[in-house]
Amino acid sequence: MPQVTYIEPDGHRVTLGVEIGTSVMRGAMDAGVSGIEALCGGNCACATCHCYVDGAWLEQLPPPAVDERLMLENVAAERRSTSRLSCQLTVTAALDGLIVQFPDRQS
Amino acid sequence: MGSQAPIVIVGAGQAGVQIAESLRQQGYDGGLLLVGEEPHPPYQRPPLSKKWLTEPGASQALSLRGPEALSRRRIELRLDTRVLAIDRAGSRLQLAGGEELRYGQLALATGARPRTLSLPGAQLEGVLALRTIGDSLRIGAAIRRCAAEQRPLVVIGGGFIGLEVAAGARKLGAEVTVLEGLPRLMSRVAAPIVSEAFERVHRAHGVNLVLGAQVAELVGHEGRVQAVRCADGREFPAGAVVVGIGVAADDALAAAAGLACERGIVVDECARSSDPAIVAAGDCSARRLADGRLLRLESVHNAVEQGQSAAAALMGHERPFRSTPWFWSDQYDVKLQMVGLSHGFDQVVTRGDLERPAFSAFYFRAGRLLAVDSLSRVQDHMKSKRLLDAGLSPTPAQAADANFDLQSVLQQARPATADGA
Repeated sequence: MPQVTYIEPDGHRVTLGVEIGTSVMRGAMDAGVSGIEALCGGNCACATCHCYVDGAWLEQLPPPAVDERLMLENVAAERRSTSRLSCQLTVTAALDGLIVQFPDRQS
Repeated sequence: MGSQAPIVIVGAGQAGVQIAESLRQQGYDGGLLLVGEEPHPPYQRPPLSKKWLTEPGASQALSLRGPEALSRRRIELRLDTRVLAIDRAGSRLQLAGGEELRYGQLALATGARPRTLSLPGAQLEGVLALRTIGDSLRIGAAIRRCAAEQRPLVVIGGGFIGLEVAAGARKLGAEVTVLEGLPRLMSRVAAPIVSEAFERVHRAHGVNLVLGAQVAELVGHEGRVQAVRCADGREFPAGAVVVGIGVAADDALAAAAGLACERGIVVDECARSSDPAIVAAGDCSARRLADGRLLRLESVHNAVEQGQSAAAALMGHERPFRSTPWFWSDQYDVKLQMVGLSHGFDQVVTRGDLERPAFSAFYFRAGRLLAVDSLSRVQDHMKSKRLLDAGLSPTPAQAADANFDLQSVLQQARPATADGA
């Protein structure tokens, strides 16, 4: 199972096995990682699963679709070039080792 | 907290989970027990009428929090447990089966139940309503049977649930009739221009949409529903019927315990019931506003917002409801996102393409923005949410001008910072 490291807003790191085909958001919610709300449950409707993707991994990810890009323009925390919505990131074998960080606020 | 007995939260849905998690976030260190009536661990309901209806998967995919998430926060979960009564004087809950459960403090997050039709034939087999995972699976199966037998699915009620089910049924290839009693869809929450857009979308997808339909009777054969008959004599054949006519707050437990209830457990802005030692949050509650009106909201956002307030109240703090309510609905490829409450509006302006539809409707009262409904206009929704949260308003003319950047209202309202583009 690919390992994903989540960095919580206070800097605490949680590394988890996340099943291939599930979202990076799902992995965090199942394990109770702090710093994510994911209120719409993965519909790309609320932007409360915002994360910063560790630089090296950014280019391994498919680029955001239009809706995700538009949602990202108005996230509650600082928007960075590494910002993504974790519900739109699907875990694959190639993402083993992925590191994402949750911002200080989601809403 | 001093007390040995745990804080008990009755109801393990969105609001119940939020109260539990917020208690831990706010530093509560004592026992915490989440009691759920359903056999399933906490799960999300919104997908039950959307994606999960047409593509059901493992119930784990609906999970709100995994078991690990709950144990990490030392939240004990007790499922399949029905609470029969609250003994306020003795700080005890009476459970089905005779057991008693002591509580230090109590939170109610008992949710809501679908309203039922009180009409002849309402009890026939094949008449379904949607609330739980089981309901969604049953409706999905009924839709597939309708499609296979080429019998129409009849949906009674043109609100969110009814229309989402209709969209799902079309996706699965069933013929669909929607019967709405009022002259337009979603009339309780949306302006006519939004209703009309959804009427066009559903008709374009082949839904037989009947407005102003007064359902009088469900007609059966050998105990199974066959048709829906209206007061004017029209009869609509039905392989199955989904009743989506709203929900009623599940406040029976609270009412029996003597808490003030009026269309729900009456709570203040801080989620406290008429007994300040007992809090309530989510679909089961009715919030008393400053002007005396009662506001009932049925949404994830409301459950989360009130859940946070309820947890704070249990900790002895006041945390009033603060952020602007929002909702969403998926129907076909239209993403509807709503923010704010449009009640009392005196002006609506739109931006975008009404025909596609990809537009937003901005509701104003005396020139101030109240609410925005966005149909496949994600950017308008997100910006409007920030404006409403900040108490800011564009002018109606600015809102109607697609070239006007709504964000500039935010930027003008605060000193320029290096906030980026």
